[in-house]
This record gives sequence, structure tokens and C-alpha cells, in this order.
Amino acid sequence: MTRKELITSLKKIIKPYSQNQEAFKNLSEGTDFINDLKINSANLVDIILDVEDEFGIEIDNESMEKMLSVKSAINIIETKLAES
Amino acid sequence: MKKETIIKLLPYQAPFLFVEELTYISENGVKGYHTFKNDEYFYKGHFKDNPITPGVILTEVMAQIGLVCLGIYLLKDEFYEIKKPQIALTSFNIDFFLPVKPKERVEVVSEKIYFRFNKLKCNVQLFNEKNELVCKGTISGMLKLMDE
Repeated sequence: MTRKELITSLKKIIKPYSQNQEAFKNLSEGTDFINDLKINSANLVDIILDVEDEFGIEIDNESMEKMLSVKSAINIIETKLAES
Repeated sequence: MKKETIIKLLPYQAPFLFVEELTYISENGVKGYHTFKNDEYFYKGHFKDNPITPGVILTEVMAQIGLVCLGIYLLKDEFYEIKKPQIALTSFNIDFFLPVKPKERVEVVSEKIYFRFNKLKCNVQLFNEKNELVCKGTISGMLKLMDE
């Protein structure tokens, strides 16, 4: 899976939880889930659970705490996919 | 952890404590009940001359027993004496079927759907004394322990 394809899949997951539609439309690797998309901590957990299902990976507590932006999420997904 | 200890650790007090007793608790779920007094403050206004327990209060009963008590049980470690639970309700979706009047005793039955990354999500049902289903749905919240 290319990085571009990963972002497309991730974007689909993030959409229903995203509160700032303008920031969502302009989503890039630099987009921050909390500050830009205004996603709350409970929905951040939902995104991580959806990512686990979508990519067939398991996210641990340490990775979860780092998954605060599109870039960090993509990096973690790529690392976990490479491990599996 | 003892059921009585859990109730003592709840961050609520009258008139907004809605956990009378827990009857069962495990890693997967909790059961408990609460009895509404005849003179609860909300009966004065809900409704005029026709006291019915508000849906938001039934939701609160379900959340306090089904989510918060279970969450405290799931979070507890041996250092619980110095820590207090910090709680935020994050979402609920409840369907209501029957009214609850003053002095009724209601039972809450909650099953954990998942508890991950401090988010607890549960399927929660509330029954009246005749064991009829009053309301049911899902409730989620974020829970963690705080040092005092």
C-alpha cells in the first residue's frame, strides 16, 4: 500500500469524527486530529479501533499516545504493517 | 475490590448520587439498583402536578451504575487509596419504553463492549420492579485515575 493509498483509507475513517469540515477538506500530513479537526479524546479512540480493523493491526498504548496527527498515524500504521 | 468500596469512590453526592447498591460486578459487567425518593428535587418541575422521572435522570442512573462503577472496578489497582477517578461522559444513545414514577426501584444491567485507551463503552439496560424494560442503549465515557 502506498502512502497516498494509506492517507485515502485513513481519511475515510476520520471523516465521521471530524468536527471541522474546512480543516478536513484541506487535510494533509501535517493535520492535527485535536487542534485542527477538533476531534475529542473519545472519538480518537474510535479512530484507533477503526484503524485496527481496517488494517488488521494492533495499536498499543505507547503508539496510541503518539497518534495525534495524520503524519504520526501513517508512520505508526506503516511500521505495524511492516511488522506483521 | 468490594462493591461498597466502589460506591465510596464515586465522585457524586446527594442529590445527584444514583447508586443505592451494586449486586454484581466483574470484568465484563455490573448490576445494581437505585430507588427514587418521593421528594426528589426534579419531581417538582417534571412534570407540573405529574411527577415522572426525567429521561436524563434515568440516563444518569445507567451511566453511574453501568459505566462509572464498572470503570472504577476496571481501573483499580492496589494504590486506590490515594487516587480518585476522573470521569467524562462522551456519548450515549438510549431508547425509552416505560415511565418511572416516584418511589420506584430500578435495576441497571450493564455489559462491557470494550475498555481501551481509557474509553469504556457499554450496553446498558434499565428495568423496573416488575422486571419490565424501561430503557436501553449504549453509553461511553473516558475514565482515568488522578493523584490527589
